[in-house]
Amino acid sequence: MSAARFSGTDSYVATPDLLMAVNAAITLGRPLLIKGEPGTGKTQLALEIARALERPLFEWHIKSTSKAQQGLYEYDAVSRLRDSQLGEEKVREIRNYIVKGSLWEAFESQVQPVLLIDEIDKADIEFPNDLLRELDRMEFYVNETRELVKARHRPVILITSNNEKELPDAFLRRCFFHYIRFPDADTLEKIVRVHYPDLKSELLREALTTFFNVRETPGLRKKPSTSELLDWIKLLLAEDISPEALRGDDPKKLIPVLHGALLKNEQDVHLFEQLVFLNRRAGR
Amino acid sequence: MLVRFFNDLRAGGVPVTLPEFLSLLEALEARVASLSAEEFYYLARMAMVKDERHFDRFDRVFAEHFEGAEKLFEKLTAELPPEWLKQLTERLMSEEERRRVESLGGWDKLLETLRERLREQRGRHEGGNKWIGTAGTSPFGNQGFNPEGVRMGQESSRHRRAVKVWEARDYRNLDDGVTLGTRNLKMALRRLRRFAREGAAEELDLDGTIDATARNAGLLDLKLVPERRNAVKLLLLLDVGGSMDPHVKACEELFSAARAEFKHLEYFYFHNFPYERLWKDNRRRFSVMTDTLGVLRTFNPDYRVLFVGDATMSPYEIEQPGGSVEHWNAESGRVWMTRIAAHFPRLVWLNPEPVDRWAWTMSIEITRELVDGRMFPLTLDGLDRAMRELKHGRRIYSRHGTTDRAPTDAR
Repeated sequence: MSAARFSGTDSYVATPDLLMAVNAAITLGRPLLIKGEPGTGKTQLALEIARALERPLFEWHIKSTSKAQQGLYEYDAVSRLRDSQLGEEKVREIRNYIVKGSLWEAFESQVQPVLLIDEIDKADIEFPNDLLRELDRMEFYVNETRELVKARHRPVILITSNNEKELPDAFLRRCFFHYIRFPDADTLEKIVRVHYPDLKSELLREALTTFFNVRETPGLRKKPSTSELLDWIKLLLAEDISPEALRGDDPKKLIPVLHGALLKNEQDVHLFEQLVFLNRRAGR
Repeated sequence: MLVRFFNDLRAGGVPVTLPEFLSLLEALEARVASLSAEEFYYLARMAMVKDERHFDRFDRVFAEHFEGAEKLFEKLTAELPPEWLKQLTERLMSEEERRRVESLGGWDKLLETLRERLREQRGRHEGGNKWIGTAGTSPFGNQGFNPEGVRMGQESSRHRRAVKVWEARDYRNLDDGVTLGTRNLKMALRRLRRFAREGAAEELDLDGTIDATARNAGLLDLKLVPERRNAVKLLLLLDVGGSMDPHVKACEELFSAARAEFKHLEYFYFHNFPYERLWKDNRRRFSVMTDTLGVLRTFNPDYRVLFVGDATMSPYEIEQPGGSVEHWNAESGRVWMTRIAAHFPRLVWLNPEPVDRWAWTMSIEITRELVDGRMFPLTLDGLDRAMRELKHGRRIYSRHGTTDRAPTDAR
């Protein structure tokens, strides 16, 4: 077992509990299941781990039609049939029609790789159950060629989920679990600093205050998250907005400038406008 | 010690299994965590709790179990919390103020009280002179005026460790045992979506394939079509008037938001208990009525029926003809409920009253019996179980809401 330790990178701020979870998963070779609000950097984490430990990264993005088998390999029977009708020579060798999936490729890697299984909850309910043995023993059997594929090195496996479906217990038992909480003000400030080191502190403070105000609006359908904050700040910088403009003393401007980056649907914008309006009136 | 912790967790409603416990021990042996209570907490949680809904339960058991044991960790580590607290206040306080603190019982006392307060306090607090919050004169909190005040959560993250993470109970909102509110409405919606559809498998379009293959001069060309979605028809019956209104509103919003997922969604109102008339518009409830028999005729038995009501009333309102508080009903509520239940085999009742009060209210017990025990609390977990009930018919329920199918279940 390698003694590699992950300690965050210059572009990713990880809290101590997250570091502990990642390092435990690396040390014990267990998959790590990551949940959390959208936009808190679940997927980003895998990229950063691979970069920090200098390991190859294999990504497997799950869709609603994904099958567990596709991660291992696919036997392209249709093109073999077509080739046979056309009388091609390569049709005799079945290996020509076995297409390797990301899991197989990760198993074959020369150094310990990082494997990202992204948004596992998008797939069918049975999907995680079909991967139990593969994740446990890190091996699988190719029926068509009768060979056993074993991992050379147990990959560091990161699995992300958005909670759209419940995952089966048998699957959860085999994973470590970490829930990324929405960062507090200090951590958030650190995150913004990492992405925009030259940002003026005044603007940052105003932006964060506005951001947390928006987030605390009751009844929002989609609360803005870290990634939306970063987008918004990028826009603020691009438009060269001053901190004073953000403070919004101008009663005509009810909602923060460039709010489109923070509030993603019209009901939310409308709700926010109404609340701000009511607050103003109460304040008078 | 840890075996007892494991057993306590199971008793506290956290579904931990032996392999998970063993993996925690393995991680401890591999020295993943250093010797601090906080790291041990994170490690234990990561290895044994696989759902953020159980974090709060875990926190409670952890706090109870390791009460006092943190001191053990503290002895093992070089970083003694009382010490840095002392350093901090040496910077912040004058000599005189420090003497006053000593006179009040010293640091140990202060820390002990802090822990006590945290246990008693629920939620955020501002002002006042006892609770931990902001801008008050209590010794705990920030921006306070008490000379012996312990600043919390204002400067570097070091101070925040004064609040033990597991005692702060940040995950309370994620526990699915709490009543539905605007906060967890979104989660409930997800559960409903899960109810309405399952999977998105594709199936072979045989006609399309034959056609395409023929056009392709006999070279096979497979065509797939998306599988047909589960189309659920739902009839909501909501109790309005009085204390039920906020809950009913929450439910209405919830189901309207999920409307796209259902083939048909119809709703009717009743007051306290369903009798011979229901209504659709609450403002015109006395002028525009719908005949309950008419409803039974209009909606066939493949509609799933969901009642929302507290079922809290005088038992006469169910048992006696003329028992209704609003009008003269010729037949008793019991008769009408039995009729409705007989017509719709898939029916559940969601009750916002806390479960432990059910047994003490006679009318709830009667209603429960009338719906064959298919009454569920209006919580995420209850909603989940109710949806499962509606979807699959009768099932056997275990404590954590996980289900096993009854052997007679054909689906």
